[in-house]
Order: sequence, then structure tokens, then C-alpha cells
Amino acid sequence: MNTIASLGIGEIGYISEGALEHIPLKLLEMGCLPGAEVELIQIAPLKDPIYICVNGSHLAIRKETASQIQILKS
Amino acid sequence: MAKNDIKVALIGNPNTGKTSLFNQLTGLTQKVGNYPGVTVDKKKGTCKLSATQNAVITDLPGTYSINPTSIDESIVLKTLLKKDIKESPDVILVVADVENLKRNLLLFSQIKDLEIPTVLAINMVDQMSRKGISIDLTALKEELNTEVVLISARKNQGIKNVKDAIIKCHVAAKASPMCDANYKIDPEYFDKLKAINPNFSLYELWLMVTQKNFPAAISKKEKAQLLSFNKDVSRLKKYQHKETIYRYQEINKVLKKTYIVDKSKATDLRSKLDKVFTHKIFGYLIFFAVLLLIFQSIFDWSSLPMDLIDTTFAELSDFARNNLPMGILSDLIVEGIIPGIGGVIIFIPQIAILFLFIAVLEETGYMSRVVFLMDKIMRRYGMNGKSIIPLISGTACAIPAIMATRTISSWKERLITILVVPFTTCSARLPVYTILISLIIPNTKIFGFYNLQAFTLLMLYALGFVTAILAAYILQKTLKIKSNSFFVVEMPNYKLPSIKNVAFDVLEKTKAFVFGAGKIILALSVVLWFLASNGPSSFKNAEENVTNNIENRQLSATELQQKIGSVKLENSYIGIMGKSIEPAIKPLGYDWKVGIALITSFAAREVFVGTLATIYSVEAEDENTTTIKEKMRSEINPDTGKQRFNFPAGMSLLVFYAFAMQCMATLAIVKRETKTWKWPLIQLFGMTGLAYICSLIVYQILS
Ligand SMILES: Nc1nc2c(ncn2[C@@H]2O[C@H](COP(=O)(O)OP(=O)(O)OP(=O)(O)O)[C@@H](O)[C@H]2O)c(=O)[nH]1
Ligand SMILES: [Mg+2]
Repeated sequence: MNTIASLGIGEIGYISEGALEHIPLKLLEMGCLPGAEVELIQIAPLKDPIYICVNGSHLAIRKETASQIQILKS
Repeated sequence: MAKNDIKVALIGNPNTGKTSLFNQLTGLTQKVGNYPGVTVDKKKGTCKLSATQNAVITDLPGTYSINPTSIDESIVLKTLLKKDIKESPDVILVVADVENLKRNLLLFSQIKDLEIPTVLAINMVDQMSRKGISIDLTALKEELNTEVVLISARKNQGIKNVKDAIIKCHVAAKASPMCDANYKIDPEYFDKLKAINPNFSLYELWLMVTQKNFPAAISKKEKAQLLSFNKDVSRLKKYQHKETIYRYQEINKVLKKTYIVDKSKATDLRSKLDKVFTHKIFGYLIFFAVLLLIFQSIFDWSSLPMDLIDTTFAELSDFARNNLPMGILSDLIVEGIIPGIGGVIIFIPQIAILFLFIAVLEETGYMSRVVFLMDKIMRRYGMNGKSIIPLISGTACAIPAIMATRTISSWKERLITILVVPFTTCSARLPVYTILISLIIPNTKIFGFYNLQAFTLLMLYALGFVTAILAAYILQKTLKIKSNSFFVVEMPNYKLPSIKNVAFDVLEKTKAFVFGAGKIILALSVVLWFLASNGPSSFKNAEENVTNNIENRQLSATELQQKIGSVKLENSYIGIMGKSIEPAIKPLGYDWKVGIALITSFAAREVFVGTLATIYSVEAEDENTTTIKEKMRSEINPDTGKQRFNFPAGMSLLVFYAFAMQCMATLAIVKRETKTWKWPLIQLFGMTGLAYICSLIVYQILS
């Protein structure tokens, strides 16, 4: 199963429609919506957190959160 | 506040320029910075909207939605839920960032649904062309059914339009919901909710249910009814999710008609810079290089102005001595006030340079990159990536740093951060460090280029940081608090620092330092001087006793004068006080004079140098006034016949100041933020105990 955490640097994915329940409300409000395009911009030196761009928001989130959000790879 | 003033609240996502706009409207200079979470408390100011109409503007912390996840965000919720009718805003001014309008409109749509008159100010329009953005303003106004204005708070554009829009919006008092998202999800359920109290908007009632936060106007019975909606938690959660999706759908519809981004025109500097600043190796290297640069500059740039100030104050004392009529008042000025104040003023150059660097870092957007780089490390020690902001800004002062922890949502992580922040080397320690370093560390270069004194200073900052981390680790293992750690941080765009913002910031902070310390030292130096130049009978007879003592017969006239001076000081009130604590601090390498300075330092550390300056001035009976540094350098330890501030004693003092909790203001703020005296007391005794033990070890090993 692909999640945001499984993206490599520069890769793009689309949040799956079924992921809704697993997205924390706060992230949803910040634009992490089902169907949205997610780009992984950078992984921190110790492999965590990760830096993503989704729906125009540039966010740093932890692997733990990212691995709950399913995506479809393009 | 006059009765007919309009109450306006500034609300918006973090880092959209609310405080910049607030400053433009009110003429105040609140802190602005390029990272989310600069403002963490409410702040009021007044603004003249027109010739006849004034407004009271409230600046608020930034938030992504009305559903709060941390203390700073919950301040916004409380303001909106009309906890206190007198405080509740008449008009809400939503500030949005033009670059990320979609996400900013989510909060706007929530606020609209509260049915409060709302003005939308789209900020940073100076960036539009660079980002290839164009907006159809007329259509947007119509679609959103609100006053919309385009502004640039930084460039002072469109401010007049904001004022007009507030008046217009207030007069029309039209407040219709934007999408009433909830009705669309489950009309039956929400009809029941609305029936509880139709005086409130549906969205207000929904917030009361989800946030369990009730205005005064809600009766006991209604509260119970509202709480009954709260039983089915999974349903609430599902509806909140659905509501958010629905809002975004509506917003997309609006933006499709009104907002166009031409990606081909956008220049993207950000991703290039991010590749370097958050790089595995370069990221840390750059961070370290920035720190090295700061400490080098603190020493290099400041040495000239500091020497200048030091000699000026010595000359000023001379001048005062020669020109004032002899008497108590002149003694007070020459021996008490001038050296005391000089001991504060001399540090302005260094403090200002430090503040300058912090302000520039905060304005560029680099801080958030450090948060990103450090989260994993900080988490290991019971903190959060966001803790790095308080730990860095704590190098200016622990008080705003402790306030800044409000953005950390986990209570345990926040508490740990609050408890360890005072280990960070704050600017009040800088004076003590620099003067001691210049006395005990030679001014040579290491590795051929780096100043050894600057390197020592860097090591002291590192000592503070490492101790903070270790203390956090111990606290993490011992504190039995359960709370979820959650971490989402927005990475702001890089910006060139606004010179005006940086200058104001440096000015405000330096002023606060000088006046804060100045007030204390002024009062203290009067008291110190009085206690040092008065005493019981042994003080009054000192001169007689010394001259009549056979042992002193062969002393020269100046030596005799000096002897009289020091015997007098020893027998003065302050001398007696100092002597009584001397046994406790002697093993650390301090005498009673240093002991006095330690005691006054508990009011504020930065008065250490001023206190010593006053004490030494009173003691020196001769007419030559020397600079503070020379006074300290020539102070002799009578037991050893060597310098008082030699290497072992100096190191021991450095360690003491690095660890001891000597700041009343910090203790008071910790009490306020943690709501109990338990934590500040733990800090006071824990840190000071640690300081005592470590200084003892250092002195005993080195001497
Ligand atoms: N280019 C540009 N930058 C702006 C403008 N207004 C504000 N800024 C910058 O945006 C950053 C954030 O400004 P603040 O006023 O601190 O934002 P805020 O909304 O109060 O932020 P928080 O208190 O953290 O919620 C600062 O670096 C400002 O200099 C503008 O109109 N144009
Ligand atoms: Mg602000």
C-alpha cells in the first residue's frame, strides 16, 4: 500500500478518496484533501520529518502521520 | 475606549501579515516575523478610521481554522464565541495571503458562518506579479458577499481601503453565512441542534458542541442539551471531516471564477534555497556556520564601541567629581549611579548585535527550516521541533521564549520546553560572560582565524543548550504526563528581511533591556551605595582604628587611604551582609563582594557588573576613576595575593551564571503559563542547586 511516507524526493502522488478518515482534521484543514496532489520536497537528515507540498501548502509532517495517508502514485 | 468605537478583530492563518497590518493601522510596533506563531497573545490598539469614527483593533494569534489544537489558537476561538459580550468583535477583519488564498478562505468561510460582519483583506499583493497571480476583485466580492480589499501591509498599500471597508461593513451590519456547510451534511441532525437556541448561529452551536466551550448566554439546560450531541464522538469527527471537504468544494467553485495562477510566470527561488538549507549535510553545516558568525561578530564588532562607552563613563565620573560640590549627593552620583548605569550601557553594542542576528533569522524564514531539521532530535529528548524556536529566541530573553511555547500542542512537550528554556544563554548573561571572558581568556586566535574569546563564548552557549537538552531528557523520563505528540509546521516562503521590521525589533528589544536593567540598577545602586557608605560604630571608627594601628605605621599615605577604604567597606551594612554569606561561597572562589553581586543578580543577572562597579567605586578612596574592566582586573584576593578574577574563580563564576535561575521575571511568567508555583520553584531550586555544585567542582579542580 502506498502512503505519503513511501514517496521519494521529488515524487508526486494523489491522496486516495478512501484516506479521508485517516487524515487528522488539522491536516485536512490545511489542504490535505482526498484527490489532492502531494509532492515530496525533502526528507530531513535523520529520515524524519518530511517536507511536502499539497494544495499550495508547504508543510513539514512526521513520517508517522504521513504513513497513515494513502496515496495513488502517478 | 469610547462607546461607539468599532471593535475589530484581526484573524487569519499564521504568517499572513496580521501583525504587520495591525502596526500600520494602529501605529504600534508589535513583533513581526516570517514564521508561523510569532503572535501568541491578544494585543489591542486604536485606529482612526475616519474623521468621526475610531476603532479598537485586536491583533490575534494566527490559526488555520477555528478548531484549536494549541493554546494560542484557542485564544481565537474564545474571542469568537462571545465569552464576554463587551469583548466580542463587531467586525472581523480576515487577513489572507494572496499566494495561498484557497487555504486562507477555509477559515474565512468558518467565520462567515458565525454570522459576524466580515471584511476580507488579501495581503502581500506586491507578490502577485512575481507569482503570476491575477484576481477578479469585483467578482470575488460578489461571490463571497463581503467587502474584499487588496493590500500590502509591508508596503503600506491599500490601508485606506481597509479602513473604509470596515466602516461600510459595520454600517451595513450584514452578516450572512457563506455556505452553512452543516445543513448540507445532515439537515435533520442540525435542525435539532439549531432548535436548542435560535439566538445563536448554527455554526456557533456546532462549535460549542465540538469544542465544549460555552458562552455566558447559554443556560444550564441548553448546555446539557448541547453536551448530549457530544456523546457520539465518531459521528462528530465524521461530520467535521465532511464539513471541511464541503467548504473546500465551495471555495474551489468561487476561486475558479475569480483567481488565476499562471505557473509559467512564477519564479521559484524557494525550492532552490530549500535544497541547500534542508540538505542532509549542508543543512547542519550552514546552521553551525551561522552560529559561528554570530559569536564572532558579537566580539569583533562590539569591542570598539564598548571600550568607548567604558572610558566615557570613567571620564564622566571624573568630570562629576571635579565639578559637583563635595557632599553626599555627589558621592552618590559618582560612586553609585554613574558606575551602576555604566555597567548596563556598556553592553548595548553586544546586545544589539545579537538581537540584530536573531531578527534577521526570524525575518528570512530560516527558523522554520531549523524546526524541520531539529524535530527528530528534539523529539528524542521529550520536546518538539517547535521547541527550537523558544530555545533560539531565548538567547534574547526567556520571557517571550516561554510565551512562544504556546504553539506546541502537547502539554508534556510544552511543559518540558518551558522548564528548560532558562538554560539557554539569555542576553542578561552576556554582560557577565563577556566581562569575565575578557579577564581570564587571552585575546588570541585559534585555528589561525577564530578569536579564542569568541570561541569561549560559543562554548558557553553550547553548554547552555546541551544542559537544556539533558534536563529535558531527565524530565521526559520522570514526568508522568500523558499527551499526544503531533507535528505539522508550515514552511514559509523565504523573504528578504524588511529593514524597518528588523530595525524596530532591535530597537524595541534593546530599549527593553536598557530600561529594564536600568531601572533595577538605578534603584539598586542607590541602595547599595547607601548600605556601603554607612554602617554601625565599627564603620564610623574605621578611619581612627586604621590610623592608630601600629602595624599600619610604615604604610605610605595612599596605601593608608586604601586600607581605610576597604576596612570601611567591610564594616558597612553591605559589608556585614556580604561577610555573613561568605562562608557559603568561599569554596566556589568568591569573596563577599562578589557575593553581594550574586545576591543582587537574583533580581536580574545583568546587574552583576553594575553592582561590582558600584562596590569597587565606594571602596576606592582615591580620586582616580578607572574603567570597570580595570577595576575588576586590579581587584586582589588577599588570601592568595593574586588577582580576584583569576582563571579558576572566573570559570567557576561563568558556570554559576550558566546554570543558576536568577530571574524573577522568568519565574513569574512560568507561574502564569503553568498556573502553579510548583514548576517555577522546581526551576529555582533545581537550577541554582546545580549551579552551586558545578561551580564548586570547577573551582576545586582548577585551583
Ligand atoms: N511581501 C510582503 N510581505 C509581507 C507583507 N505583509 C507582511 N509581510 C511579511 O510577512 C511575514 C509575516 O508577517 P506578520 O505580520 O508577523 O504575520 P502574522 O500574521 O502576524 O503572523 P503570526 O503572528 O505568526 O500569525 C513578515 O515577514 C512580514 O514582513 C506584504 O504585504 N508583502
Ligand atoms: Mg502576528
